[in-house]
Amino acid sequence: MQFGIFSVSDITTDPTTGHTPTEAERIKDIVTIAKHAEEVGLDVFALGEHHNEPFFSSSPTTTLAYIAAQTKTLQLSTATTLITTNDPVKIAEDFAMLQHLADGRVDLTLGRGNTGPVYPWFGKDIRAGIPLALENYALLNKLWREHTVDWQGKFRTPLQGFTSTPRPLDEVPPFVWHGSIRSPEIAEQAAYYGDGFFANHIFWPASHTQRMVQLYRQRFEHYGHGSADQAIVGLGGQVFMNKNSQDAVKQFRPYFDNAPVYGHGPTLEDFTRETPLTVGSPQQVIDRTLGFREYVGDYQRQLFLMDHAGLPLKMVLEQLDLLGSEVVPVLRKEFAALKPAHVPDAPTHASRVAARDSKKDEVNA
Amino acid sequence: MKPRKLVVISSGLSQPSSTRLLADQLSAAAVGAAARLGVNLDVQVIELRDLAHEITDNMLTGFAPAALKQSQEAVTAADALIVVTPVFSASYSGLFKSFIDVLDKDALVDKPVLLAATAGTARHSLVIEHALRPLFAYMRASILPTGVFAASDDWGANSVEGPLRGRIDRAAAELAREVERREPAVVTDPFALTSNFEDMLKNL
Repeated sequence: MQFGIFSVSDITTDPTTGHTPTEAERIKDIVTIAKHAEEVGLDVFALGEHHNEPFFSSSPTTTLAYIAAQTKTLQLSTATTLITTNDPVKIAEDFAMLQHLADGRVDLTLGRGNTGPVYPWFGKDIRAGIPLALENYALLNKLWREHTVDWQGKFRTPLQGFTSTPRPLDEVPPFVWHGSIRSPEIAEQAAYYGDGFFANHIFWPASHTQRMVQLYRQRFEHYGHGSADQAIVGLGGQVFMNKNSQDAVKQFRPYFDNAPVYGHGPTLEDFTRETPLTVGSPQQVIDRTLGFREYVGDYQRQLFLMDHAGLPLKMVLEQLDLLGSEVVPVLRKEFAALKPAHVPDAPTHASRVAARDSKKDEVNA
Repeated sequence: MKPRKLVVISSGLSQPSSTRLLADQLSAAAVGAAARLGVNLDVQVIELRDLAHEITDNMLTGFAPAALKQSQEAVTAADALIVVTPVFSASYSGLFKSFIDVLDKDALVDKPVLLAATAGTARHSLVIEHALRPLFAYMRASILPTGVFAASDDWGANSVEGPLRGRIDRAAAELAREVERREPAVVTDPFALTSNFEDMLKNL
């Protein structure tokens, strides 16, 4: 199982000091955070995409390439890449390029984006979110698998004899996860292609995630990619830790109370009960995280949101230390002991190249 | 007797409230009128005061906490609704509107709804027509012809058999007839797929 972190790249005032990092500061910090994720033994770093303030990450592949150059094992991913407002041709090119530079340590998570005003800036309409996600991905999928593409759709200029360059590394496209909070169409899309399904998980009650993952698993089996429990599932999570759980609550409360997404709403205690947020000791985080498996089944990737709501860099790095030293080693062992042998690990470039080659061998035999 | 579900939404804030009093009289009359048509109405009353915090949380987080979620599901599954709001600043109360705002946009489609309001003065008596009816028309509810407005005057001792009583009985009878002639409410599963992938791609 893969463990890692994901960032939404928000630039938020630290409510305890009043300090707002500059873009320059926050951008350098995210690189430090990603490198530290590898140092403490995490597997994945995923970065969001936004085209509006107060977020900086408009160009994730640039950032990820820079991080790739300074890391050795870290898998680089996104959370999410906007399949609606980006040109699928540019996504195909950018991520194939990143794949080459990062020696294959690349996958991506596609999402629609829920910020209404962003769509028209890119000539799109949020009301067509689902059709855009379906058509754009159909094209992206083709561009990575066919050398010369003729294509016509509803949302983009037609293509005649187009080749997306560079070609994917070893002719094996990056693995794709499809992210959605509550659109069954996206679970269906992930299942149809045999791609992964990533449930954001952190802002909504677990019952939502359970239903979406269940649907994805059923349809994955329906489309013949394997049994339902072999479908590839990723989950978000949100934690804040201190060895003493009361100190964790005390430290995190001002950040929670003023957080951009849920601040000034439910209490920390309410939100902890209603969503997967866990604020407490490393042991509490271990217990809660192991519990996710009870409603989504054996899954392949667990990402935590650690650097948001104005938390200062030092505190984020300390959180990563705790995650890497006290939480993830235990989770790795426990999850591995529970997982049946026929449930696959999260796909990597190496495993996908091997799978492709064994298929070739079958054909040749 | 056919079993059917009636949900009563009351957004009075005081205890006791004349809004809840009107809600209770309307639901008792509806139960009686339905029974005479062979329908057994199971009544659930939702006091919005109890949900006030959760309604605000839902607006800020985008999801309903547990108790509010149960109430939303009860509304969606109801065969009919009685909604009663006090008049605040010449319209329905903000809490009442906020609850409607956190319902699914299709939650009330074709659902029989009896509109009712209370106020301190008869000068607000058109509030049902200028505020509540447009709101529930927007929600595409099946609004009953009779709305019931009660001002302080209506609660006087000599009004037990007065015009308010008559309006309550007429509205209750309309509600009972609507429920009797309809099939039970069907709740659609928001996570259910309505078409397969090939069709979704074809029909972009």
